[in-house]
Amino acid sequence: MTNHWRDIRHADLILVNGANPAEAHPVGFRWLMRAKLDRGAKIIHADPRFTRTSAVADTHLRIRVGTDVAYFGGLINYVLENELYHKEYVEFATNAGLVVSPEYSFDDGMFNGFNEQTGSYDTRAWAYETEGGAAGGPAKVDLAHPRSVLNLLREHYRRYTPEMVERITGIPREQFLDVARLVGETGRPDKVMTIVYAVGLTHHTTGVQLIRSGAVLQLLLGNMGRPGGGMNAERGHANIQGNTDHAISWDILPGYLRIPAPGQKNLDDYIAASASKKLRPNSVNFFGENYRKFMVSLLKTWYGDAATSANNFAFDYLPKPAANASWISIFDQALRGRMEGLILSGMTATSIGPDSNQVLQALSKLKWLCVLDPFATTSSEFWKAPGMDPASVRTEVFMLPATHWIEKDGSFTNSGRWAQWKDQVLPPEGEARHDHWILAEIFGRVRELYRQQGGKFPEPVLGLDLAYRDQRKPELDEIAQEINGRNLTTGRRLSTFAELLADGTTTAGDWIYTGHYPESGNLAKRRDGVQDPAKNDPTGMGFYPNWAWSWPLNRRVLYNRASADTAGRPWDPQRPGIAWDAAAGRWVGDVPDYPPTAAPGPDAPLPFIMTGEGTGRLFSNGVADGPFPEHYEPVESPVENPLHPRVSATPAAFLYDQKAGRPNRFGTAADYPYVATSYRLTEHEHYVTQNVEHLVQLQPEAFVEVPAELAREKGIENGDRVRVTSKRGKLEVRAVVTRRLGALQIDGKKVYQIGIPIHWGFVGINTGQHWLANALTPFVGDASARTPEYKAFLVNLEKM
Amino acid sequence: MEEVTRRRFLGLSGAGTAAIGVSALGFDTAHATQVKQRLRIEGATVSKSVCPYCAVGCALLAYTHKSADGKVELLQIEGDPDSPVNEGTLCPKGASSLQLAISRRRVPSPLYRGPGEREWKPVSWDFTLDKLAANVKASRDRTFVTQDADGNVVNRCEGIAFAGGAAFSSEEGYLATKLMRGLGVVHLEQQARV
Repeated sequence: MTNHWRDIRHADLILVNGANPAEAHPVGFRWLMRAKLDRGAKIIHADPRFTRTSAVADTHLRIRVGTDVAYFGGLINYVLENELYHKEYVEFATNAGLVVSPEYSFDDGMFNGFNEQTGSYDTRAWAYETEGGAAGGPAKVDLAHPRSVLNLLREHYRRYTPEMVERITGIPREQFLDVARLVGETGRPDKVMTIVYAVGLTHHTTGVQLIRSGAVLQLLLGNMGRPGGGMNAERGHANIQGNTDHAISWDILPGYLRIPAPGQKNLDDYIAASASKKLRPNSVNFFGENYRKFMVSLLKTWYGDAATSANNFAFDYLPKPAANASWISIFDQALRGRMEGLILSGMTATSIGPDSNQVLQALSKLKWLCVLDPFATTSSEFWKAPGMDPASVRTEVFMLPATHWIEKDGSFTNSGRWAQWKDQVLPPEGEARHDHWILAEIFGRVRELYRQQGGKFPEPVLGLDLAYRDQRKPELDEIAQEINGRNLTTGRRLSTFAELLADGTTTAGDWIYTGHYPESGNLAKRRDGVQDPAKNDPTGMGFYPNWAWSWPLNRRVLYNRASADTAGRPWDPQRPGIAWDAAAGRWVGDVPDYPPTAAPGPDAPLPFIMTGEGTGRLFSNGVADGPFPEHYEPVESPVENPLHPRVSATPAAFLYDQKAGRPNRFGTAADYPYVATSYRLTEHEHYVTQNVEHLVQLQPEAFVEVPAELAREKGIENGDRVRVTSKRGKLEVRAVVTRRLGALQIDGKKVYQIGIPIHWGFVGINTGQHWLANALTPFVGDASARTPEYKAFLVNLEKM
Repeated sequence: MEEVTRRRFLGLSGAGTAAIGVSALGFDTAHATQVKQRLRIEGATVSKSVCPYCAVGCALLAYTHKSADGKVELLQIEGDPDSPVNEGTLCPKGASSLQLAISRRRVPSPLYRGPGEREWKPVSWDFTLDKLAANVKASRDRTFVTQDADGNVVNRCEGIAFAGGAAFSSEEGYLATKLMRGLGVVHLEQQARV
């Protein structure tokens, strides 16, 4: 989230896309309701299903899954055509005026820079023109230029007329225009809109662009950085946010530093390739300018005495991946026979899929699998899954009983970036051990083996700094201090990442968390909340700065410099983020996302301090599949792309099976005529809740939701057993016949969508329910993030 | 009728309908509320926790009682009324999180299944940790690439993957990243994508 849960109550208009917060984030949803009830905010819910979110929304738009770029693109077009965008904001806080290089082109679904051989774009082909044409010079700014970002944006989205939106999404144009008028109003400084989304936007081959199209709209309307505004991702697990921040992810190191790439020989090469460049004279480019300090402090934290200025702070110790190594890639490598061992902790590959049947094959090809979990999972038991013959599965399997959340302390970071410390409430049950103690113990024993026997490049294994009181049992409090970092000269913990240095005299395990545990103590433990609003919420804006701690620097709304005009006055005085206090010579309100004492004025630093441009990016070369979001069909789709049928799906998606020479596992509308999407129910959280009696009683059995009209055509009654098949697998479950789903007219064709909750498997209290929803989903992911396309695929439906 | 605060209201099991119903019948609920509260809280320790399910981050209060033999019993989990996020409220999952906490469905001990075997075998921690350490070292040595085809120093382990952590404490997750990168692991993943 750019903002946080409580902040949503400040919105005048709330677009909910790819999400069902009333059911999937019920308590977070209270803040949408507060906006509606307290200030008359309107909620627009665009979703294939009419859910409990739709039930309290002012408008439900029945949208075809995976087409939100067309919806947001249509809104972008409406806002530009009718000159409703926030002009002062757009000029001040976006890259609208930057001039794009003449090489840029977009023609019949293809941007410039595509390499047919690799199936990917060279994103460097999407560049700005520089002043005087000098390489590396400052970017040219000329809003009126035919190739200004704003003018190219207009041209790009001109095709997204209300008629085109209707053809692609199925939203009737009159209904779309009603929403567009509401959205357009929020371009006024005294109005603000927020966009709330979840994995219904991310789980697509176009996931990153789906989100970016919303962000572009928000920048045009001047809604980024403002209380009540922003792009707000509702994350689905207690600590996905914290563990993304701390980089359990192939492509990053803690604090969103990039993992080094092959060919980078030293820190200079790494910084040159990774850090953003300052593109305008008065852009702060804070991340880019300080990248080396953050990286050196991390290397110093991890490799201690082995990291010196003479050896580039042990830069060689870090692995440099050859290719994408994300979730689907793990199983692709196993299918290719290249993956030997897999450690799963609190995550079950079999249920998660995608293409669970293929994942089962992948697990069978491992030499060993280790599962750390409090409960048996569909992965620990995969070798005896229905249809598997244990005798033919050669994989060695370890099941290690782990503690769960209440048996250990440590912090969870919520969607709003609030790190909240929790106590250890109970001792470990039985023989259960903490995950981090198990991992530290395994590492310790591996290290001992290298010490005794030697082996491949043992230096990082032997040199990793584990200076805890007990190397095999580090306390989470010790680790929290390590993450915060310290000055090695004084020995004191730091209170801000501004104190980090590039000379090896400071440490920080994750620079964005520096300051959460200063000398005064662990700020994530703070609990000064709504028990005393007058004292604990001094601005009245709901920031509650002494409740827990949010990264970075306890800032509650990101990009908040853009909440005020060029003179430092809040766009809406009723809902200030920060404001310039001329008498005090500093910014007041939230923790400023800006130099705290930099006065407004013509030479003031530009408002977005993290980007090289110094502004938000309407045009960006940070994505793999185009500098402007473009609508592409899901890989499995019932129609050809009405915008450019020749390039229907994104050309930049990585097709794993095809690349590996495995048989095609994608179906076509001829065999699988219905669109399917997957989702959660209120009573379950993925798969762990299959172990909770009350929740299994509330939602005991797998089912699919079938549109009433389609059910009539097929003679399916509520409660009948049906078979749902995709090219990859099947479910045989009960049908819930409902008018919550209905037919859409897509480009002149009638299209039905079917809904599939994900929660059941062959493990849990109700073991009769062995069907895996993800047996149906396709083994393909987003062009940039490789997020699987769980939310849009094709199936057939039969009455059993 | 005496005002029943939210916290006391929740303390009455059966909650809303019961409280309103008896009041309509002319009973005074204050006494019952007091008795119930006294039983719940008497001698209990209150700890701060956070809900383990979605990422709204509802703050929890957990009440425990330590008996004479040192055994800790979890009595109650409820929403923390002070939280600016949830203001004491919880959804069905959070409200039943006590059942997850005290579940009797836990895996009792380390288990091992050898290649082709049809059943789990209960084993000791030392057995599994030694065997896993040997596996990790063997797989790392077999699949470690120090230099790629272009002569670049890459120092990566290609044949071991780690995935997990959506319910880790952040500090555990950080340590997992550090240890895995220490081994040179490149296939590193958690629940953010899936």
